[in-house]
Amino acid sequence: MMKTIKTIAAILLIVPALAFASEGEVKLDHAPIDPYDKESLQRGAHTFVNYCLNCHSASYMRYNRLQDLGLSEQQIRENLVFPEVKVGDLMKTAMDPKDAKEWFGTTPPDLTVVARSRSSHAGPGSDWLYTYLRTFYKDSTRPTGWNNVVYPNVGMPHALWQLQGEQVLKEGKEQAEGYMRTVHVLTLDKPGRMKPVEYDRLVADLVNYMTYMSEPARDDRTTVGLYALIVISILIALSYALKKAYWKDVH
Amino acid sequence: MAATQNKQPVTGAGPLNGLLTWVDQRFPLISLWKEHVSEYYAPKNFNFWYYFGSLAMFVLVLQIVTGIFLVMHYKPDAAQAFASVEYIMRDVPWGWLIRYMHSTGASAFFIVIYLHMFRGLLYGSYRAPRELIWIFGMVIYLMLMAEAFFGYLLPWGQMSYWGAQVIVNLFDALPLIGPDLALWIRGDFVVSDATLNRFFAFHVIAIPLVLLGLVAAHLMALHEVGSNNPDGIEIKKNLGPDGHPIDGIPFHPYYTVKDTLGVMVFLALFAIAMFFMPEMGGYFLEYNNFIPADPLKTPSHIAPVWYFTPYYSILRATTAEFMYVLAAAVFAFGILIWRTPFRGGGKAIALAAVAAVIAAFFLVEAKVWGVVFMGVSVMIFFLLPWLDQSPVKSIRYKGPLVRTVLTLFVIVFLVLGYFGTQPVTDMGTRISQIGTLLYFSFFLLMPWYSRMDKVKPVPERVTG
Repeated sequence: MMKTIKTIAAILLIVPALAFASEGEVKLDHAPIDPYDKESLQRGAHTFVNYCLNCHSASYMRYNRLQDLGLSEQQIRENLVFPEVKVGDLMKTAMDPKDAKEWFGTTPPDLTVVARSRSSHAGPGSDWLYTYLRTFYKDSTRPTGWNNVVYPNVGMPHALWQLQGEQVLKEGKEQAEGYMRTVHVLTLDKPGRMKPVEYDRLVADLVNYMTYMSEPARDDRTTVGLYALIVISILIALSYALKKAYWKDVH
Repeated sequence: MAATQNKQPVTGAGPLNGLLTWVDQRFPLISLWKEHVSEYYAPKNFNFWYYFGSLAMFVLVLQIVTGIFLVMHYKPDAAQAFASVEYIMRDVPWGWLIRYMHSTGASAFFIVIYLHMFRGLLYGSYRAPRELIWIFGMVIYLMLMAEAFFGYLLPWGQMSYWGAQVIVNLFDALPLIGPDLALWIRGDFVVSDATLNRFFAFHVIAIPLVLLGLVAAHLMALHEVGSNNPDGIEIKKNLGPDGHPIDGIPFHPYYTVKDTLGVMVFLALFAIAMFFMPEMGGYFLEYNNFIPADPLKTPSHIAPVWYFTPYYSILRATTAEFMYVLAAAVFAFGILIWRTPFRGGGKAIALAAVAAVIAAFFLVEAKVWGVVFMGVSVMIFFLLPWLDQSPVKSIRYKGPLVRTVLTLFVIVFLVLGYFGTQPVTDMGTRISQIGTLLYFSFFLLMPWYSRMDKVKPVPERVTG
């Protein structure tokens, strides 16, 4: 169904419009994330553990690595880890993959590096996740009762619906260059526990965390990179001087 | 001991003189050092393009050293491979650095090699007496492609898996032996754990050994005949009173210090890529490769890594209808041969070959020809020393025709490369087909246009 839609604008009340490019490709919302905002990352980790980890694993990531986010091992143990799990363990879901396959038709994918695998020429994976998690809508034709704008016919139900509320996809008309075109608009049908701004913030924090989780070494990488470039610059200067000195009598 | 006692004791190494003398009496240490380094006379007029040989050596060492450390933590097992790469990226101290060096190094290797080969095209470095250097170099390039292909399966992501599947299936298209050959390469009916294990063996030991041997042969052949230079002049023709070329300078210390500078500048660019954009927008590390291999889910768009894409474009351009265009082109080529006076015999053989190729175009399906053309498009570089009939070596003294054709070839190579990364579209296929025709014309028409071109007089001495 979504593939035939030429242009869609999804409006989430206050959030600016989501414009769809041609052929069912979605223009993604830019994820307002900041990898240096430790509190945002901590809130995101909390949401991830409480919601995502029920069905999905992050099985290349260890709980104690969350010390990167400014948490102590004690805090991680008390707030983020179930009692039977050790703080040095990998973040694995308690759900049996066989059950999951039966319930959703497919095993929920591992989410450790999803922020990297969802990158495309349309934008970084964080933008995809940020848009995806905010564009679920009610669809009675789907087994779960939910559908999604950026991932049509997705197998996953809207895990955060109690927070966001229920959106519906409505058809409307819009004046285009010389003709009326059909547009699809997401509207909030039943409000959830959170205001739309609060929900967007929650998703942004979650995406911030998932982006961190996809490459925990990112911070080290850029820091080491700067030092490496400084050292290399000095070596360039030295080797340039050495070359000049040796070559002065070559004509 | 009798013969070695005549050797002079080593001097100039301070406290190591005694040790080096001891070694030199039992091993050709000083003579090797002199022959290949301190008294290897290289032309003094090397320019920018001459950095890429030593850079290729540097990247080779980088790949081998980082590769050794990766193998310490990587698990060549379909069930564990993907996780072990993420383990290296997270839990191994500095593992992320080693892995990014290796993945960025793979692309850097091809960038350096392509520029090194382009240098050969510019200055005619493949011309006599350097044909064998070029042939060794081409075999190195082929081995490097094999090395990259085998290595790309190891992270066991979706692109690793399906890329390997697509390439192995190319062999499947060959007549008669195809299906058995593909099965033999995979070791299974699909790409599987068995394939991963053998590709691992090829990637970490078989191909690197061959590469090292070929690099040694490439250098020995180079040092036997001496280096070419941007003027395409043989510096050995002008010897000074000391018996060394007047326009030559010892490789050490002149080029060792110059190449050190080259390595440092390369390292700066390498560090910018590796530390700040290791994925390079999906070209160095494809996004889909962060999804573990799944034999049941074919990605909608399978693209090889960028360094294979010009050839991949040629493969995809070879459609059934394109075969008619190619047949017409080969027919026109036959007329060209027929109208050209040949020294000695061979014209009848060439014309018979042309007729046989045209007949084969219609007897064997286009799919097979796609594979053949992809192979030929790589292999055809081997023939350059004999295709180029220009009276001069260097582009500096070649005329406007050859300059235009070479520029066009570079553009065609890049355009084919670009369309090879993209999903198939009608326009993309058309452009790739034109590109394919131009690509092969560059090589096959070279004996004619390189002769026709107006060349400038070549100076007696290098011009700096």
